Amino acid sequence: MHERPEERHTRDRFGLPESLLASANAMTVVPTTSKIRVENLRAWFGQTEVLKGITLSITERRSTAIIGPSGCGKSTFIRCLNRMHEVVRSARVAGRVFLDGTDIYEDGINPVRLRQRVGMVFQKPNPFPTMSIRENVLAGLRLQGIRSHDQDGLVERALRNAALWDEVKDILGRSGESLSGGQQQRLCIARALALEPEVLLMDEPCSALDPVATAKIENLIHDLRKQYTVAIVTHNMQQASRVADYTAFLYIGELVEFGETTDLFTNPSDPRTEDYITGRFG
Amino acid sequence: MSQTQGARGDGLAPERAFKAICLLALALPLFLLLVLVGKAFADGWPRLTWDFLSGYPSRNPQLAGILPALAGSMCLMLLTAAIGIPLGVGAAIYLEEYSRPGRLTSLVEVNISNLAGVPSIIYGLLGLELFVRTMQMGRSLLAGAATLALLILPMVIMASREALRTVPQSTREACYALGADRWQTVRRVVLPMSLPGILTGIILSLARAIGETAPLITIGALTYVAFLPNSVNSPFTALPIQIFNWISRPQAGFHVNAAAGIIVLLAIMLLLNGTAIWLRARFQRRFH
Repeated sequence: MHERPEERHTRDRFGLPESLLASANAMTVVPTTSKIRVENLRAWFGQTEVLKGITLSITERRSTAIIGPSGCGKSTFIRCLNRMHEVVRSARVAGRVFLDGTDIYEDGINPVRLRQRVGMVFQKPNPFPTMSIRENVLAGLRLQGIRSHDQDGLVERALRNAALWDEVKDILGRSGESLSGGQQQRLCIARALALEPEVLLMDEPCSALDPVATAKIENLIHDLRKQYTVAIVTHNMQQASRVADYTAFLYIGELVEFGETTDLFTNPSDPRTEDYITGRFG
Repeated sequence: MSQTQGARGDGLAPERAFKAICLLALALPLFLLLVLVGKAFADGWPRLTWDFLSGYPSRNPQLAGILPALAGSMCLMLLTAAIGIPLGVGAAIYLEEYSRPGRLTSLVEVNISNLAGVPSIIYGLLGLELFVRTMQMGRSLLAGAATLALLILPMVIMASREALRTVPQSTREACYALGADRWQTVRRVVLPMSLPGILTGIILSLARAIGETAPLITIGALTYVAFLPNSVNSPFTALPIQIFNWISRPQAGFHVNAAAGIIVLLAIMLLLNGTAIWLRARFQRRFH
């Protein structure tokens, strides 16, 4: 209860997009544009409010990490960015999310079309078990009934982008589930990339993987952010510092702090951020 | 130490007793089944010739054959499948993938579970009134198949829902995240994944339908048919009805025919159930 005024104060300092963009511009050499703007985003499961008004911007062709303790709403947050939150029964959203200036929660927006522009990789690798590796990569196109004349090229490009091509080029006909966990996750990344999305959302993509597989995915994210706008949820702070240009710290449904990753980790301005990154809770 | 061992020894006795009871519970019905099947085979096996399979009914038990009943049962199965499968699987897809939980949905669900327990003769009465009389289908194959389709509908729906439920939510989400809509997700991912379970449910339901006698008698399937069905509107008979008819005759020769008919019916059911097991095993191998 007594934390209320402090929280409001924090939101004023870090929630405003102007201050955020100003700081981002000041610190990066290349001029950056905002790909996604989130304004006062609130989300519920039934009666439980899991996001209590988030405002932030996600920069184009950069990677933004969302960190925070379990249950802070970070997965819900990125699921709101491609309208996957509403897939769950009893889920509700309020607020505005602009993708290239268009509110994705507006009436005329088809969430199905939106998800073709905003791809997603999940916590647990989930290749389609009835499909081969090749079919998995092409699944996005096939599901929508899009015919592509250069399917082989597309499969190779997507698998190369996901750093999986060399490992699977001779076994493309095998089931996607025959791969190791790390390979399955890269297959899921390739599946998302095959649709050539503009934004790639990743919901704790390494939490089910061993350290070697995790390192491979992290290297991959490092490369992907040059081409795509990446938003990655992680509970691993080292991972955020390795792969993200910007980091947002969420705590119990509120945005506590948001800024350049190096800034946030070396010089947190909110005591809760400091407590979290120094391991005092979480 | 010795006390612990003693306690353990005591603990084993009820374990052994329970195991024995379970074994008995398995052995008893199995034994009865063996006796029944054994008797049918002993009686009917010599009668099971090509002439019997390809012959028409006759007043002379030695000349009577089972062909119209066999053909009737097969046609009935195909028609029942054609009516019951799309309706049943469609209803299951709606209930699992589209419906929002609410009063109407739970009402439908409770009714489906209840219908699975309704005696088959009630379905026969419904079929008689609805299909034979009101819809004026007459005592035709179509009326019989529609009645049997109603009968297996709850089973097909429940088995299909069970199968659809085994597809993890994460797989559906993967699909939505690729920009697929609900129908594309169901058609391309959820249905293929749940196909083994759905097929098993369908085949087991059909195996039950082929053995049903009461609803067909109620809607007026004939007991003496000397011709093959030539359209969905033609009168018909079926294996269980033919068997029922023969067994109720006083002459011993017909009882032998009935036993032979039972063997044929059993063989078809075994074939169907075997197919169900084979299909399931085949798809499971392909997926894992």
